[in-house]
Amino acid sequence: MENVKVTIDGKIVEVPKDYTVLKACREAGIKIPTLCYLKDVNQIGACRMCLVEIDNIRGLQASCVYPVYEGMNIHTNNEQIRQARKVNLELILSNHNRECTTCIRSENCELQQLSKELNIKDIEYEGEKNAPPIDDISPSIVRDNSKCILCRRCVSMCKDVQKVNAIQATDRGFKTEIGVGFNKSMNDYNCINCGQCIQACPVGALYEKRNMDQVWKALADKEKYVMVQTAPAVRTALGEEFGMPMGTRVTGKMVTALRKLGFAKVTDTNTGADLTILEEGTEFLDRVVNGTGKLPIITSCCPAWVKSCEQDYPDVLEHLSSAKSPHLMMGSILKHFYAEKAGIDMNKAFVVSVMPCIAKKFEQDRPEMEARGARDVDVTITTRELAMMIKEAGIDFVKLEDSKFDDPIGEATGAGAIFGATGGVAEAAFRTVVEKLTGHEIEQIEYHQLRGEKKIKEFSAQAGDRTLRGVIVSGIGNIKEILEEVRHGESKYDFIEIMACEGGCIMGGGQPIVNARTKEDVNVFEKRAAAIYEEDTKAELRRSHKNPFVLRLYEEFLEKPNSHVSHELLHTGYKKRDKYPDECKKQ
Amino acid sequence: MLENKCNCGDGNNCNKISEEAINKIKDIIESHKEQEGALIEVLHEVQDYYGYLPFEVQKLISEEMGIALADIYGVVTFYTRFTIEPTGKYRISVCLGTACYVKGSQKIYDKIKEKLNIKEGEVTPDGKFSLDAARCVGACGLAPVMLVNEDVYGKVTADMIDEILGKYE
Amino acid sequence: MRTVEELDIIKSQYEESLHPDANQKQYRIHVCNGTGCVSSKSPEILRRFEEEIEKHGISDRVKVVKTGCFGLCALGPIVIVHPDGSFYSEVKIDEIPRIVEEHLVNGNVVKEFLYKETVAEEGHIKPLEETPFYSKQKRVILKNCGEINPESIAEYIAVDGYKAFAKVITQMSQEEVIKLIKDSGLRGRGGAGFPSGVKWEFTYKAEGDVKYVACNADEGDPGAFMNRSVLEGDPHAVIEGMAIAAYVIGASKGFIYVRAEYPIAVKRLKLAIEQAKQYGVLGNDIFGTGFNFELEIRLGAGAFVCGEETALMTSIAGNRGEPRVKPPFPAYKGIFGKPTVLNNVETYANVPQIILKGVDWFRSMGTEKAPGTKVFAIGGKVQHVGLVEVPMGTTLREIIYDICGGIADGKKFKAAQTGGPSGGCITEENLDTPIDYESLIAMGTMMGSGGIIVMDEDDCMVDIAKFFLEFTVDESCGKCTPCRIGNKRLYEILEKITQGKGKEEDLERLEVLGKSIIAGSLCGLGKSSPNPILSTMRYFKDEYVAHVRDKKCPAHVCKSLKEYIILEDKCIGCTLCARNCPASCITGETKKTHLIDKDKCTKCGICHSKCKFGAIEIR
Ligand SMILES: Cc1cc2nc3c(=O)[nH]c(=O)nc-3n(C[C@H](O)[C@H](O)[C@H](O)COP(=O)(O)O)c2cc1C
Ligand code: SF4
Ligand code: SF4
Ligand code: SF4
Ligand code: SF4
Ligand code: SF4
Ligand code: SF4
Ligand code: SF4
Ligand code: SF4
Ligand code: FES
Ligand code: FES
Ligand code: FES
Ligand code: FES
Repeated sequence: MENVKVTIDGKIVEVPKDYTVLKACREAGIKIPTLCYLKDVNQIGACRMCLVEIDNIRGLQASCVYPVYEGMNIHTNNEQIRQARKVNLELILSNHNRECTTCIRSENCELQQLSKELNIKDIEYEGEKNAPPIDDISPSIVRDNSKCILCRRCVSMCKDVQKVNAIQATDRGFKTEIGVGFNKSMNDYNCINCGQCIQACPVGALYEKRNMDQVWKALADKEKYVMVQTAPAVRTALGEEFGMPMGTRVTGKMVTALRKLGFAKVTDTNTGADLTILEEGTEFLDRVVNGTGKLPIITSCCPAWVKSCEQDYPDVLEHLSSAKSPHLMMGSILKHFYAEKAGIDMNKAFVVSVMPCIAKKFEQDRPEMEARGARDVDVTITTRELAMMIKEAGIDFVKLEDSKFDDPIGEATGAGAIFGATGGVAEAAFRTVVEKLTGHEIEQIEYHQLRGEKKIKEFSAQAGDRTLRGVIVSGIGNIKEILEEVRHGESKYDFIEIMACEGGCIMGGGQPIVNARTKEDVNVFEKRAAAIYEEDTKAELRRSHKNPFVLRLYEEFLEKPNSHVSHELLHTGYKKRDKYPDECKKQ
Repeated sequence: MLENKCNCGDGNNCNKISEEAINKIKDIIESHKEQEGALIEVLHEVQDYYGYLPFEVQKLISEEMGIALADIYGVVTFYTRFTIEPTGKYRISVCLGTACYVKGSQKIYDKIKEKLNIKEGEVTPDGKFSLDAARCVGACGLAPVMLVNEDVYGKVTADMIDEILGKYE
Repeated sequence: MRTVEELDIIKSQYEESLHPDANQKQYRIHVCNGTGCVSSKSPEILRRFEEEIEKHGISDRVKVVKTGCFGLCALGPIVIVHPDGSFYSEVKIDEIPRIVEEHLVNGNVVKEFLYKETVAEEGHIKPLEETPFYSKQKRVILKNCGEINPESIAEYIAVDGYKAFAKVITQMSQEEVIKLIKDSGLRGRGGAGFPSGVKWEFTYKAEGDVKYVACNADEGDPGAFMNRSVLEGDPHAVIEGMAIAAYVIGASKGFIYVRAEYPIAVKRLKLAIEQAKQYGVLGNDIFGTGFNFELEIRLGAGAFVCGEETALMTSIAGNRGEPRVKPPFPAYKGIFGKPTVLNNVETYANVPQIILKGVDWFRSMGTEKAPGTKVFAIGGKVQHVGLVEVPMGTTLREIIYDICGGIADGKKFKAAQTGGPSGGCITEENLDTPIDYESLIAMGTMMGSGGIIVMDEDDCMVDIAKFFLEFTVDESCGKCTPCRIGNKRLYEILEKITQGKGKEEDLERLEVLGKSIIAGSLCGLGKSSPNPILSTMRYFKDEYVAHVRDKKCPAHVCKSLKEYIILEDKCIGCTLCARNCPASCITGETKKTHLIDKDKCTKCGICHSKCKFGAIEIR
């Protein structure tokens, strides 16, 4: 790329030609306030916080969208610029529900931070405030537009990145509002609950439906035996909530904290993942070897993807694995096997899932996720909610000792751990499937071509004389072509892994929120992924079919993968779903 | 807090659009198949036909055109000509464009509001009249101007209102 | 039609019908069918004329045609009888039999129905061109409006229509046309006055195999109807201008974005496009040159901001009409992301005539920096509301006083607003400044599309500023902060002031906030929306001060600041006011002075208008 020379506040810098003024300024060490700008997602020049002055161009310009050109002379700091930015921020605040003390984003809010940086003292502009009703009907997500600053980062995320297109700006002018329209809830729309819009939002306008109170209540209830499980991705990011460097693996501290919170048993969803591999892997093998079902098989452990499939690709549903997702399998096993073994009344058993995901709340809530009269999982909370509970309980997380998951479930395999990153399910599955097909152990169990940030990763694996071909899709926005092929019977793959969040669950909607500025400088995916692969390499066992608990489970309870019992407890079905259900709610 | 409401919004009118209307709307969409970015054109024609653009109609357009419903709703609510509520049998619009405003159209507007006892964008309980403000219909030479459906009345004075509305009894 | 010769043949065939022969007692009756006259029932007038003519059996020598706007819409419906040019105004249905009988059958003009300015004191009839309204005008863009039937492409061809297009594509290179337009000094008539030739050149040079031309016929400025009149009265001129632009930049498709509020214009445009296709001036292999061009109409849907070029293009693509940041400019990334030329209706309508009559002719009108003419829509408190076309550089005094007959009802001129909600006002002291793009900006206003609203002593400038702000608050797209929230706050402050709740520091806040909105907004709407406030504050500061300091509205417009008082010495106690007061707040015995209960009075003004003794005063 060709370079151009631009002058910023009197200093000449040389930057690539395709840079924006904002990027050039950052390179020159100048901090420019931004709100609507979100790298790779939203560059629309709407909030007007990043105004700068450019010689020979009338008015002030939004640096986040203005391209550089040779000989450009930029000013970033004078009375007019400071004034204009400040007025804009005051205007935003004049139409904002400024109740920071009770706001979920306090201390991690870009608006709050900017107000401090720009020294906002009082809001001179009074007048009407928009106060649309809060939408908390969905089991996963809450929208409070009284906090919304209309930066549209969520809209771009949903429309351009995820390509779900559930939300949009509606109405116009001062009455503009983000939502689905018709005074309806996101719950009644095509939103797949991926929660990526929450990750994009700079303020407290979007957050998960909080279920902590139910957990506190259960913990306080002497009649309940409360068990908890944590998804693989949680431990890669929980530390961030306590100021630990991104990518710190906090498995041990997390287990200690959970125990301190009062959970009777602390277990690992990774074990559920191992179980999933055996169930799903067997199903896959069956389809490959015996032709008992449609190929390619498509993973079903991401509930956001499952909803998308039900509403957008109903004709592809037959390809989905019937295996429930790991935490549901785990919940079912905890209640129907483990509780019984431990002599606990099944009716008292209560399972809490800690997930990096908000779609898991929706999934857990689906009516079909139960067996033998018991819900698979009773409450699902996010990584963020767990952090809030730890804080609320006064636990000094950083100083905690490490401890281990409860026996007999104990430690899971490394295969179960890598579920948390894109490609992980496929890698774990192939570690098992190839060995099962060939009948002997293989040495090379790390499939590096399945890792990394790429949105579509193709691979093939040799199993004897059979070549198995697969593809991994990271991000629901990238599924279209691959699914069109499946739909038309033209797919060249045997196995497809789909995760709705780009990067997989470590980047899930329930994970700690990283602000826009940090995202500029740090590759969040890389850091968290490193932690999760470390969990794998540090594990004693790295193949799901070697998990001793899982093996015992089959021996004592489930008989074999895809058995009658496992179908009853660990599998489910899917049905076509109306994108915009309009059934009468009156009756 | 948002309430979990039914689609018809009024709680007792579960009427879905008729088969005939569905076919007609599909025809309209079909006739714009080759046209790039045809949504607004389709909305114009569907509204001309159906009178307004309620949930079921937008949902049908969404399905037929493959455009997300939120996007359609976003467009419908951006442009003032589109409405998601039914209008009155006679749509009154008073021009509040500059030429009409300085000639006193606001007073006429207020008077009609008072007379019909409705606010901007509302329909009289009998469904007969609805009222809106227009922003110039291009007949500024006759300011102040008001419209009842397609009929344009120029040089309107407050005294003429009863007579004009009387024609639509 | 395949060749230029065929064009000439059509011209010669139809030319004659435009010029009825007086000796043969031939007549051609022009019935205005512009929106204004249609609203005052001109289609019925046309029908009645046809019936009467039929009845008298003179159809073979009398032809009735519908035409576009004559400009004097306030006096519509308008009927002109050619060849003598008798100008009948405010024609009523029951006048028609007499006009037909006396004028068309017997050859005697019915003087009492004529536009009174055309009847000289001595009783003889003056040609229209000598009346004050028309004598100072220079009708270039409007030359065919009212002269030809806009629904007939043949009549357009008969007045040299499509000749320029034919000349361009058969004889001129793209560069030659660009040079000609640049030399002519033609500047955009849509507001900003950007040199059209330069814009065409950018797009011509922009890379891309698909390019578009587009016409901005959104005319959002409320109170302006110049574009409407051209589209209704001479749609082919716009099509021809666009076709020329398309040839120049290498586009094979064009869009006309027109307001849905203009149904007549839309209908005429559709018809014109159909006819142009039939005649082969649109379509494939035009004039046998291999050049293809098609046109599509896209309807606006009631959003002023869609007049902004990037918003217009997003709207054409079927989206919310939200502007986007420039660069990239439409010349590089326009409709559907392709290089696009966008011009205003009037800009395009100039093009064919510049090609035919040349640069010198065009530059002989107007000013050095702004050659040519400009159409203005004059509304508000002038005698003759309507449409006028004058050379650039004409003064406002000439327009208001000489052409439009001065202020109506003997009131005093106060200010004129140009540029609509984006513009500002011109006061008495600037009435003699020649109007062009630059001089208007120097006065703190702008040309805009050409709407001029004249205000008199009864108008309150704070109220007017509030009116415009209400418009922008309504019309802001809501994308960027300063415009979405800032304008709302400006409006709220003005509302406070007009309710008597304003403080003096509010005036300063208006200024700071207004300037910040101008500097920081994303598109032209926000960049100009505070202008009406800043401009009225500049020229009428004392009115603002009166509102905030004395809590008075000098023009007695702002309701909350009005007070109705009964003057003791004038009231004779006739009780009329008390009987009419809807709030029942006037008390008093017969033949005794009445009294208004201030707290209950809703300030409706009824008592004031009822009192025959001038005993009620507004303060
Ligand atoms: C808010 C806004 C509204 C506008 N409305 C119109 C309009 O109604 N008609 C028009 O021709 N130009 C309008 N413009 C100007 C156009 O953006 C554009 O400059 C013009 O159409 C270009 O054509 P021209 O070069 O021939 O003037 C508007 C601009 C803004 C910012
Ligand atoms: S969104 Fe930010 S600024 Fe607003 S209340 Fe919450 S923490 Fe405070
Ligand atoms: S910072 Fe001040 S105002 Fe805010 S909570 Fe603390 S003491 Fe209260
Ligand atoms: S949760 Fe996902 S699908 Fe739903 S609105 Fe947010 S980004 Fe869109
Ligand atoms: S909800 Fe959040 S991300 Fe979406 S527009 Fe509002 S502030 Fe921005
Ligand atoms: S990818 Fe993971 S975090 Fe994201 S929605 Fe799917 S399961 Fe949840
Ligand atoms: S200035 Fe106003 S109209 Fe223009 S983009 Fe901003 S909000 Fe929209
Ligand atoms: S202004 Fe109206 S309300 Fe007040 S006293 Fe007069 S008639 Fe009565
Ligand atoms: S109408 Fe005039 S004169 Fe009669 S009572 Fe009222 S104020 Fe007095
Ligand atoms: S306008 Fe640049 S960050 Fe919002
Ligand atoms: S009552 Fe409204 S949809 Fe049934
Ligand atoms: S302003 Fe009312 S018709 Fe133009
Ligand atoms: S519309 Fe007839 S003169 Fe203007």
